[in-house]
Amino acid sequence: MMETVKQIQESLAKRETKPSEWVAKALQQIDAHDGQIGAFLTVDREQALAAAKRLDETETEQVERSGPQPLFGIPYALKDNICTEGLRTTAASRILENYIPPYSATVLHRLEGAGGVLVGKTNMDEFAMGSSTETSAFQVTHNPHRVGHVPGGSSGGSAAAVAANMVPFALGSDTGGSIRQPAAFCGVVGVKPTYGRVSRYGLIAFASSLDQIGPFTQTVEDAAIVLNAICGFDPLDSTSTQRKAERFDEDLAAGVRGLRVGVLRHAVDGGVDAGVAAAFQKAMEVLKDAGAELVEMDLPHLDYAVATYYLLAPAEASSNLARYDGVRYGRRVEAATLLDMYEKSRSEGFGREVKRRIMIGTYALSSGYYDAYYLRAQKMRTLIRQDFTEAFATCDVIASPTVPTPAFAIGEKVDNPLQMYLNDIFTIPANLAGLPSISVPCGAVDGLPVGLQLVGQAFAEKTLLRVAYAYEQMRGFERSLGSEEVGQ
Amino acid sequence: MNYETVIGLEVHVELKTKTKIFCGCRNASGAEPNTHVCPVCLGHPGTLPVLNEEAVDLALRAALALHCHINQDNKFDRKNYFYPDLPKGYQISQYDRPIGEHGYVTIEVGGVEKRIGITRLHLEEDAGKSTHSIDGTHTLVDYNRTGVPLVEIVSEPDIRSPEEARLYLEALRSILLYCRVSDCKMEEGSLRCDANISLRPLGSETFGNKAELKNMNSFRNVERGLEHEVVRQTAVLSSGGTVVQETRRFDEATQTTLSMRSKEEAHDYRYFADPDLVRVHIDDVWMESARAQIPELPQAKMARYRRDYELSAYDAGVLTAEVEVARYFEELIAGGVPAKTASNWVMGDLLAYLNSTHRTMDQSPVSPAQLAALIGEIESNRISLKQGREVFRLMAESGKSAAAIIEERGMVQLSDESALGSILDEVLANNPKSVEDYLGGKEKALAALVGQTMKATKGQANPGIVNKLLLEKLAGKKG
Repeated sequence: MMETVKQIQESLAKRETKPSEWVAKALQQIDAHDGQIGAFLTVDREQALAAAKRLDETETEQVERSGPQPLFGIPYALKDNICTEGLRTTAASRILENYIPPYSATVLHRLEGAGGVLVGKTNMDEFAMGSSTETSAFQVTHNPHRVGHVPGGSSGGSAAAVAANMVPFALGSDTGGSIRQPAAFCGVVGVKPTYGRVSRYGLIAFASSLDQIGPFTQTVEDAAIVLNAICGFDPLDSTSTQRKAERFDEDLAAGVRGLRVGVLRHAVDGGVDAGVAAAFQKAMEVLKDAGAELVEMDLPHLDYAVATYYLLAPAEASSNLARYDGVRYGRRVEAATLLDMYEKSRSEGFGREVKRRIMIGTYALSSGYYDAYYLRAQKMRTLIRQDFTEAFATCDVIASPTVPTPAFAIGEKVDNPLQMYLNDIFTIPANLAGLPSISVPCGAVDGLPVGLQLVGQAFAEKTLLRVAYAYEQMRGFERSLGSEEVGQ
Repeated sequence: MNYETVIGLEVHVELKTKTKIFCGCRNASGAEPNTHVCPVCLGHPGTLPVLNEEAVDLALRAALALHCHINQDNKFDRKNYFYPDLPKGYQISQYDRPIGEHGYVTIEVGGVEKRIGITRLHLEEDAGKSTHSIDGTHTLVDYNRTGVPLVEIVSEPDIRSPEEARLYLEALRSILLYCRVSDCKMEEGSLRCDANISLRPLGSETFGNKAELKNMNSFRNVERGLEHEVVRQTAVLSSGGTVVQETRRFDEATQTTLSMRSKEEAHDYRYFADPDLVRVHIDDVWMESARAQIPELPQAKMARYRRDYELSAYDAGVLTAEVEVARYFEELIAGGVPAKTASNWVMGDLLAYLNSTHRTMDQSPVSPAQLAALIGEIESNRISLKQGREVFRLMAESGKSAAAIIEERGMVQLSDESALGSILDEVLANNPKSVEDYLGGKEKALAALVGQTMKATKGQANPGIVNKLLLEKLAGKKG
């Protein structure tokens, strides 16, 4: 088992180990298991080892100069839609197959500044469009708990890399559940911060008003530590919040006594797998025993969330993906005319799901349809936001299963996009409302992990983490409870 | 049947900010292609726009100067279309809430003031510049211009003739130059103009089919293009035909307009609010500080010149057409030069010199202080006006002061009556024919005698005194 971020921090602080040992361990784990899992698209072996070696040598000097770096010497992975200068960044799309960014995302600078060591870029659904990592143009990623099952998506590679002990943490991006859903499927912790908490500069946009970068970790405490490093105002992202950075790991152990946990009425509906519902109800009992007050609550417009999302996100995507035209970078298919060049480059460069969403989004924004689709979806988004505002008058966090089902088999839902989209029913609302949300492992069904999702008020990540931490401490098992785990 | 011409203009003006509208690249024209570019303005994956407030400030100033109603809550929208010079596949613009609306520009047509309405003024980013190879095999794109801030100013269809269109453009340009929001150089593309023109039977309230006119690179060409359209559309309508609604290109070589596309492409730009940018609120303090940046505008200045300096409408018009000219004129006055004298010098020798050397007023080699000193030399009779004009030319060419040139050339004016008297006696003795003619009643002969005197003194004689002495001496001969 890979040590947690916290454990590695302590070991390094006591000078028991050196950064290069941890990076070597991560690379060994990748070598041993990634052939089977397929979590990584790019492993930056030489750079990672060189960076670790530099840290080995400068450790003392560094600590004396500016105090300990919070992620000093800790290996990590990035989802392949986060730009890394000089290192191929593909968004798992043919159209960016050989794209080497001329700049790095703000989160990369933050993690580098905190002393972290990037070991590689992880697989994902193409342009983050998918819930299974199956739409990647390059490879399939398997669930470490059961090869042959999906790891979830779109950040499936990052979730699988942490679950298979290849790295102690990884970053993903969450537009409609793309961190929380794979975290639930892979039995790890995943956090989608409040919209604006983490700079999106350098995150290849899917749906700009919904996208948010967040961490995958083994524990809630680790998630708090990583959030400390990546959150904060960025002048390069106009939508990033100017609020002062917080110490997210400060009040983790404050307990849940006096906190009200809203239990979403739909949480154990007919649409939810019986095993998932049982695991969720058990989790609610754990929180109750820990001192939380359970409150029944409802989001009246929840039934419209998926439809709303699948109009707004594709609408923004249809515009965000227009830049992939073969003119300046990325795949270009030469043709006799400009129009042919555009059509061939984009036809060959984009996969089916991406094309489907570009078409839906283009349609939703077209004159004559705009009012009926895009505008109406915007109005529904406002109503869903209001649902949350009203809900938070009666509770502090809202609980539900992260996903209605455990991980499904690879290929099972590929040809049924609607069923695939409905998988996101519990995760989407937090994106539409811009709220922070976390998924914590809460049991398993037939050896496949199940996640407990909590949604908090805007910028109340600390409350969210506190509840998740209290649950994690009292749930009665160490980690994900999955079986047949690859990477142990 | 008589037709009425209906014209509306769409003007794009580049704002003179230090950096581009959504990134830190320099906003400067004339650089090597693709040198003022970065991942943001090249539209690299993952990059985000951050609004340059200076662009909002200049657009706000322009909108206020054009009497627009200001929308204090501003948002930006994406206008989606594909073109190689548009790196993101969309242009960030303002769609349904332009920063300014319902403004106007006043022009004077045949001595009568007329208001041309401004429908809207909005802020947006410029695209790159495409250069197509002659054989049509490739296109080169320069992205230096990508992300340069623009305002688009759309007029109401209030313009009734090509001449009014030119007058509107001149007035608009002048206001924007006064406000220092743009260079407004049409030849360099910092001001661009498209025109919509249609005809309708005189008295009709409905609009006819319009042609959209493009590719005019000067105000004169806008006027000519529109003139050609009036003739063309009149011919079409008079012969019972229908004007095709289309885009036409002005062809400078033939001075005519040519159809660009036979079939009008339907554009659906799929506008929606850009989620990467936040709303910008212009508060009252910002409004006031923008208003304070607007100087006295050309029309107010012109009225003041006519009133306070008793200048003609024409002179006041020339002096206020460009802010630098007005500034120069006002500095001369501040330097003690009488208004009429200042006006004569600016509109005469100075502008003539600048025009002949293809320079603008801000490139004048003679500063207002230097010119005021020269005028002082003339007013105090140290040199003649004729000498003064020669000195001005030498000042412009050498950059030296008037005093230095006068000194160097020994150009002191001869005003001493006794010295001049003996020279005059000589001139009279050597030109008996002229003297005879004058005495015989031919008054023009006097000029010949003055000319001979100036020649004899190498132009240094004070012409006033020469005149006076000559008349005295000739009167003596008469008697």
